[in-house]
Amino acid sequence: MSSTRTAVRTHWVAVRAMLIFTAVLGIAYTIVVTGIGQLVLPAQANGSVVESGDEVVGSSLIGQSFTDADGEPLPQWFQARPSAAGDGYDGGASSGSNYGPENADLIAAIEERKAQVAEFNGVSADDVPADAVTASGSGLDPHISPEYARLQVARVADERGLPETEVAELVESRIQARDLGYLGEPTVNVLQLNLALAELG
Amino acid sequence: MNVLFAVIQAATLALILALLYRPLGDYMARLYSSDRDWKVERGLYRLIGVDPRAEQSWPAYLRGVLAFSVIGLLFVYVLQRAQAVLPYSLGLPAVPEGLSFNTAASFVANTNWQSYSPELTMGYTVQLAGLAVQNFVSAAVGIAVAIALVRGFARRGSGTIGNFWVDLFRGSFRLLLPLSVIGAIVLVIGGVVQNFNGFTEITTLAGNPQNLPGGPVASQEVIKLLGTNGGGFFNVNSAHPFENPTAWTSLFQNVLMLAIPFALPRTFGKMVGSNKQGYAILAVMATLYVLSLTALSALEAGGNGTAPELAGGALEGKEARFGIFGSTLFGTTSTLTSTGAVNSMHDSYTAVGGMMPMLNMMLGEVAPGGVGSGLYGMLVLAVIAVFIAGLLVGRTPEYLGKKIGPREIKLASLYILVTPTLVLAGTALSFAIPGIREDVEATSIWNPGVHGMSEVLYAFTSASNNNGSAFAGLTANTPWFNTALGVAMLLGRFIPIVLVLALAGSLAAQDRVPATAGTLPTHRPQFVGLLIGVTVIVTALTYFPVLTLGPLAEGLN
Repeated sequence: MSSTRTAVRTHWVAVRAMLIFTAVLGIAYTIVVTGIGQLVLPAQANGSVVESGDEVVGSSLIGQSFTDADGEPLPQWFQARPSAAGDGYDGGASSGSNYGPENADLIAAIEERKAQVAEFNGVSADDVPADAVTASGSGLDPHISPEYARLQVARVADERGLPETEVAELVESRIQARDLGYLGEPTVNVLQLNLALAELG
Repeated sequence: MNVLFAVIQAATLALILALLYRPLGDYMARLYSSDRDWKVERGLYRLIGVDPRAEQSWPAYLRGVLAFSVIGLLFVYVLQRAQAVLPYSLGLPAVPEGLSFNTAASFVANTNWQSYSPELTMGYTVQLAGLAVQNFVSAAVGIAVAIALVRGFARRGSGTIGNFWVDLFRGSFRLLLPLSVIGAIVLVIGGVVQNFNGFTEITTLAGNPQNLPGGPVASQEVIKLLGTNGGGFFNVNSAHPFENPTAWTSLFQNVLMLAIPFALPRTFGKMVGSNKQGYAILAVMATLYVLSLTALSALEAGGNGTAPELAGGALEGKEARFGIFGSTLFGTTSTLTSTGAVNSMHDSYTAVGGMMPMLNMMLGEVAPGGVGSGLYGMLVLAVIAVFIAGLLVGRTPEYLGKKIGPREIKLASLYILVTPTLVLAGTALSFAIPGIREDVEATSIWNPGVHGMSEVLYAFTSASNNNGSAFAGLTANTPWFNTALGVAMLLGRFIPIVLVLALAGSLAAQDRVPATAGTLPTHRPQFVGLLIGVTVIVTALTYFPVLTLGPLAEGLN
């Protein structure tokens, strides 16, 4: 057999193999997994959506911003981390800032955020935790640290005319421990905390 | 970072991998040694026109690998170019030529470098029929090549090293597919989405509009990790809560990335008839892994640098639910395998911390490395190590009863020269060619100063070693980077494969020489230490000068 014929034959084998793989590993496999997901675990498979009343207000896994139309933080809500996804928490454009550790823009942004968070909550800049002034990897981080949640209690309680102890208790009850007690970090889900807050009044 | 929790988390991962080592390794050894085909497989072999019992010489095996990869490249390219007329494309247009080439090369070469933002570029059909399929088969190709090399050591006086098509089908259908179905369901339980909903517009609690993405994510996510591919369904990869929702799914994703690469030494030991040889290779891989993980975790927890110190911790680009250790564990696993998935943004790591993923890739991704490519990379280094030991004592070196002669050493030496050449030449050319230099500096580089040089160095390191992770601030969707990185990925994948299969052929043809008193035992701690030293010296030191220009310069500032 000439080498050209061998090459043509081998490529023809490859084409047929690729068609089989596309049918089984691309199409059939995806349909089977989608079917199992939709039948057995529809809540997770469809994005763990959260409702308030009858309205879908988001996903418990995807962070959202609690700002007004101008992007200014609304004092009656617990605030999430800074976000580099689009104009902030854009679910269609997940992104980190990708700023390096010596980037002047990042350094300026952290300084500005630190001052803003301190003033907004009436605390000292030294008490502002790191997650409050850094953008997450995804830009869609649904969580903040318990420290950042506690820092916001007085402001939120004041704004809503609620006793501070009640809001503080709510925050403590919403702290998610590490998975299995040791994986990851303790967190507070901002959307779920704010939903519970809305129920308080 | 709580050190105790970090240690327990790492120990959990080690325990799971230890429990998988024997059953998974033995399963793969049986899978690739058995001469029994399933009935349905016999039907498929007839359909593609292959005799499953026909053994191939190394050139024939290589022809199969290359032909299959060329066809794969064309498939993925054409699918992207035809996106506008494909169903479930979310209204996205055809992917441009340069980006289509880059992406096709990337997924066929098991790299999964992404010059694009998936949610803005790739519809569901391209993702599942093009990219996910390559996630399976490019991984199966890598394992096949490693198995062929192991057969070279195991066989005596043989002109053949197996049948590529049989290895490809078995790896895809009997190894990766069943594990993926199980893994995908576990991920959905954790909250990874699996639907065809497209984007859903909702109104948030504060009254703002938000788009929630959908997609068949879990099915692609699992094979992205299990096949050490790394290409995310979303732009931010495993940092996205719909790809990696919780701290425990993140640990599970580490298991997926490491399971096969860490079990392959068992397969190797089984097939060459000495489990101890497998344990020696495992010990080398595990030692390097632990050292690297410790270094990166300490550096990120230390949080040196102007921005991290000002913020009070290196949390820029990291998710709250993973914390620092959940991020460094994932980053280490991803870059010591050839996965390249990220659950935190490497570009925002501390200066010297950001060097660790680069160093991991520069080691050649052998600790434990990509599926298949990690094992064959480490066995090539083992050949170099016995050669150096042989020089020291003045004896003809042998490994597993095979003489390491001039031909074997030439092939191994060429192997270890391929990626450094691509990395250093690619980086240098980006800054040396007039016209391109200006474009790289003005358009592509995101962070100013030496960090920008690191972004380019990281890109070529990632592409040439088939990793796929990035200092993602770099805008790589330009004619120069799409072309240069595409070529680097293909050469970085297939030149080593040619050399490994040639080595396999040359070893298989030899008889086995009996071990004598003068034979260097390759299953003892002494050899483990030697191989670790050789790995670090021949690979990492090649890059020391260029690292001083990038991350080290930044870190010392």
